[in-house]
Amino acid sequence: MTDWIDVAALDDIAPRGARLVKTRMGCVALFRTADDAVFALDNACPHKQGPLAEGIVHGKAVTCPLHNWVISLETGLVQGNDEGQVATYPARVADGRVLLDAGFIRARSAA
Amino acid sequence: MTQKLIVIGAGMATGRALEHLFEADADYDVTLFNAEPRGNYNRIMLSPVLAGDKTYQEIITHDAEWYDANGVTCRFGERIAKIDPVAKTVTAENGDVLSYDKLLFGTGSNPFMIPLPGHDLEGVIAYRDLEDTQQMMALGPDNKVVVIGGGLLGLEAAAGMAARGVDVTVVHIMGHLMERQLDEAAGYLLRKALIDKGITVRCQANSKEILGENGQVKALLLDDGTELPCDLLVMAVGIRPNVKLAQDCGLAVGKGIHVDDQMVTSDPDILAVGECVEHDRAIFGLVAPLYDQATVAAKTLMQQEATFVQKELSTKLKVTGCDLFSAGDFADAEGREDIVFRDPARGVYRRLVIEKDVVIGAVMYGDTADSNWFFGLIRDKTDISEMRDTLIFGPAYQGGTPMDPLAAVAALPRDAEICGCNGICKGQIEDAIADGATDLGAVRAVTKASGSCGTCTGLVEQVLAVTLGDDFVIPAAQSICGCTDMTHEDVRRLIKSRALKSMPAVWQECGWKTSCGCHVCRPALNFYLLADWPLEYADDPQSRFINERKHANIQKDGTFSVVPRMWGGITTPDELRAIADAADKYMVPTVKVTGGQRIDLLGVKGEDLPNIWKDLNDAGMVSGYAYSKGLRTVKTCVGTDHCRFGTQDSTGLGIKLEKTLHGSWTPHKLKLGVSGCPRNCAEATCKDIGVVCVDSGYQISIGGAAGMDVKETEFLIQVATEDESIDVIKAVTQAYRENAKYLDRIYKWIGKVGLEWVKEQIEDLTIRQALVDRFELSQSVYRVDPWAEHVRKAETYQPIANLTLEAAE
Ligand SMILES: Cc1cc2nc3c(=O)[nH]c(=O)nc-3n(C[C@H](O)[C@H](O)[C@H](O)COP(=O)(O)OP(=O)(O)OC[C@H]3O[C@@H](n4cnc5c(N)ncnc54)[C@H](O)[C@@H]3O)c2cc1C
Ligand code: SF4
Ligand code: SF4
Ligand code: FES
Repeated sequence: MTDWIDVAALDDIAPRGARLVKTRMGCVALFRTADDAVFALDNACPHKQGPLAEGIVHGKAVTCPLHNWVISLETGLVQGNDEGQVATYPARVADGRVLLDAGFIRARSAA
Repeated sequence: MTQKLIVIGAGMATGRALEHLFEADADYDVTLFNAEPRGNYNRIMLSPVLAGDKTYQEIITHDAEWYDANGVTCRFGERIAKIDPVAKTVTAENGDVLSYDKLLFGTGSNPFMIPLPGHDLEGVIAYRDLEDTQQMMALGPDNKVVVIGGGLLGLEAAAGMAARGVDVTVVHIMGHLMERQLDEAAGYLLRKALIDKGITVRCQANSKEILGENGQVKALLLDDGTELPCDLLVMAVGIRPNVKLAQDCGLAVGKGIHVDDQMVTSDPDILAVGECVEHDRAIFGLVAPLYDQATVAAKTLMQQEATFVQKELSTKLKVTGCDLFSAGDFADAEGREDIVFRDPARGVYRRLVIEKDVVIGAVMYGDTADSNWFFGLIRDKTDISEMRDTLIFGPAYQGGTPMDPLAAVAALPRDAEICGCNGICKGQIEDAIADGATDLGAVRAVTKASGSCGTCTGLVEQVLAVTLGDDFVIPAAQSICGCTDMTHEDVRRLIKSRALKSMPAVWQECGWKTSCGCHVCRPALNFYLLADWPLEYADDPQSRFINERKHANIQKDGTFSVVPRMWGGITTPDELRAIADAADKYMVPTVKVTGGQRIDLLGVKGEDLPNIWKDLNDAGMVSGYAYSKGLRTVKTCVGTDHCRFGTQDSTGLGIKLEKTLHGSWTPHKLKLGVSGCPRNCAEATCKDIGVVCVDSGYQISIGGAAGMDVKETEFLIQVATEDESIDVIKAVTQAYRENAKYLDRIYKWIGKVGLEWVKEQIEDLTIRQALVDRFELSQSVYRVDPWAEHVRKAETYQPIANLTLEAAE
C-alpha cells in the first residue's frame, strides 16, 4: 500500500499555479490545475533545466518559462516536436490536503 | 418464520428497498422509523415544490394506504436513539425497546453548515427537507435572501425563491458556478441565465460572518467588507453522511457507514443504503446509485444474490430555462481530446472529452436534448471512431453524410440573413458581388456586412466563395493560437462590442476550441480584458509570463534579476548605498547598469525576492517593471539643469512621465526617451515614444525601435507646454493599449492602423481628452508598487514543504 505524506493544503497553491517542495535531492514542483488536480514533477525542464514551477499552467501541461517547451504534468513527457521527459512522482489530493508518496521521498533521500 | 425488519429512515433509498421487498412477497414484518414527521416522499422534487410547479401532495411516494396494505408499522416523527447489536435491539427516542432480526440503515445525510460566526442565528437554514422548503416558500417580494453555495442545491433554492419574486443573492466561493459538474464555459452560461432571472451572483466571494439582530439573521458579511442584507440565509454547501448512530453502536464507519457489495455493514445483520453509506471509498449524493443499492439490499434480505456496482453518474439542474447536463470525467489530461461546439448566438455549449476513441465525459449547456444519447456512449464505452466527425451534433447526424459547409451556404435562399448586426441578407451580398466586389473588404464597404461585430465574417467569405467559385480563395487569417480561429483583432473587437469581461466569457462567445486556453492566448486575453475593463476585470497572475507574475526578470539559470526604479534615471547616494547593501546582503553576483539608465541586480534567488524587495522598498525604491509588457523606463538627458544646450527641463519631464505612466500594462514593452535639445543625447528617436525638447516646445514622435528591428520614430505632433506633452503621451499610450494586438510594439501597430489615424486621435481634442480620462481611470487601479504587494504574500515564494528531515528517518 502506498504511504502518503501530507505536505500542504491545496489552497496554498494557486489554481493554475505551482509551489516547490524541498527534498534532500533538490526541489520538486507541485502543480495545481484549474480543476484542482495536483501533480509533482522535478523542477527542471529537460531542455536547459528551466524552473518549471515558474511556467504557465494550461490544461494538464506547463509551458517552461525559458524557451516555451510544453511539458505534460501527467507523464512528464515533452509535447510537440521537442523531445524529453521530466520525472514525475505520485501525488494526490484528499480532503483539501495535498499528499505525496512517502516512498518517493525515501527514494530521493537514499539517492 | 416471519422475521422482524426495522428500518431507520423513510428516505428515498429505503422507500425503494421496501417496494422491492413487498413486490417479491418477502416474509418480513417491517417497522419504519423516521425522524421527519412523515413517510417517504421524493426529496428531489422539493425544488419544483419550492418553485411552485408541484405541491407536496404530488411528491409523496408512499401513502398511508400503501403502508397499511403492506403491514408496515409506521413510527414517523420518531428518531432511533440507540442500537444494541449484541442484544439485537433498537431504542426509540421515547425509550421503547424493540428487537429485530435485520436492521436497515437509511439515515441519509446532514447538510453541512459552515461554522461561521452567527451560523446558529434564527433564519439560517439548510436546504434538505420539507420544513426548510416551507420556510423558503413563506417569503415574498419584500424579502431578501442570501444563498451560500453555487452548487446544484443552492442554485435550485435560489431559482425557486426568485420565481416567487424574492430578491436572491447567491454567494459562491469558487470562480464559477457548479464547479464540480461544469467547466468554466458552461459555468459562465449558467451564471448569465441566472442573472437574467434576476438573481445576483457573486463568485469568488468568501463569507466571513453572519450578522444578526435580536437573535435573527440580518446580513452576510463578506471578506472584502461587503454586507449583503437578508431575512433568511440558506446554506447549501454540501452534505455529510449521517453516521452518528452507526458509529455509536460500533459499526465500521469511514466517511460513511462501510458496506460490502451486498450492502451489508460490518455487522452481518445490519444493512445500510443511501447517502449514509461508503462503498469502495465512494459516498453518494444522487438518487440513481441509491436505487441500485436499494435493489441489492432487498435481494440480500431475501437471501438472493446481487452485487452493487458503481456506475457513471450524470447531473441535471432542475431550474426552468437552465438546461445543463454533465457526466463522467471532463478534466483535461494527457491523451484526452476535446471536441467543443459553441453556438454563441443560441447560448449553446457542448463539450465531449474523448480518450482512446471512447467518450469519457460530457458537459452540455443550452441544448441538452441529446444528453441521454451521449450519456449512453459514456456508460457503454462505445467506440466512436466511425462517427467522430459528426459526433458532437448528436444522434440525428449519425449515419447521414456530413454537411459540406459551402453546400449549406449555397443552399441558403436569397433572403437568408447573413449579417445580423446590420440586417444584410445573402441576396444583397450577391448583388454587391455582381456589381464588382471581389473580396471581403469590398463587400464590407458596399453592404456593411460583417462590419460591426465581425462574427459573420466567415459566412460572408463563404458567400463570396460560392458566388465567385475558384476566383475567390478564403484568406487564412492568422489566428491567435490553436485554441481559436479568430484573429487578435476579431477578439479585441468582440470583447468591446459584446462587453465580454472574463476569460470564460471570451472562450464561450468567441468559440474557443479548448476548455481553458493555452500559454499563448491566455496572456493576450488577460491583457485585452484588463485594458478594456480596468475596473471590472481582475488581473489573472496565472495567465502572465513569470517576469510579470513575479515582477522580476527570469535568467537562464532560473535566478532572477531585480531592477529598482530610478525615476527619469535620477538616483541619490542613499539609494545607491541601499542598492549596494542589498547586493551584499543577498550575495548578488552581478551588478550592471542597464541600457535604460537603471541598475540591475542579477542572480537573485527566487526565495530571496520578497526580502530584497522589502529592503529596497524600505529605502524608498519601488519596482522597475524592467521586464514587463508595460512601461519600462523613461530615459533622459541632463537638460537645462546642467547642459549648456538644454532648452527645456528634459530630466524633470522624464520623471513626471515615468511617475504618471508607471504600472500601466501595454501590448508590448514601452520605452520612452526625453532629450533636452535636438542633439538628442537620450536617443529619444529610437524609443517607442520620444520627446525632443526645442525652444518653442516639445516635439513628440512615436514608433521607434532599437531591438531586433531598428527604426527611427515618426513625428506625431509638436506642443507648446509640458502639460500638453504629458497629455498627448497618455493619449497615445491609451490608444495603443485599446487597439493594438498583444505583442505588437508601437511601430508594428502603426504599420497596421497608419500614422494618420493616430494623428487624428491626438489632434481631435475631444478624442484626446477621452483617451486621457480612460488612461487615468485604468491607472487608478494599476499605478501601484507590485513589490510592496508581493512582500505581503512572501510565503508563496518559499518552498511549501520541507521534506529533508522526513527523509532522514
Ligand atoms: C432539495 C433537494 C434536491 C435534490 N435534487 C436531486 C436531483 O435532482 N437528483 C438527484 O439524484 N438527487 C437529488 N437530491 C439528492 C437526493 O435527494 C438524495 O440523494 C436522496 O434523497 C438520499 O436518499 P436517502 O434515502 O439516502 O436519504 P434521505 O432521503 O435523506 O432520507 C433519510 C431519512 O432518514 C431520517 N433519519 C435520519 N436519522 C434518523 C434516525 N436516527 N431515526 C429515524 N430516522 C432518521 C431523516 O429524517 C430522513 O428522512 C436532492 C436533494 C435535495 C435536498
Ligand atoms: S540632448 Fe541637448 S540638452 Fe540634452 S544633454 Fe544632449 S545636448 Fe544637452
Ligand atoms: S540582447 Fe539578447 S542576450 Fe542580450 S539581454 Fe537582451 S535578450 Fe538577452
Ligand atoms: S529550459 Fe525549458 S524550454 Fe528551455
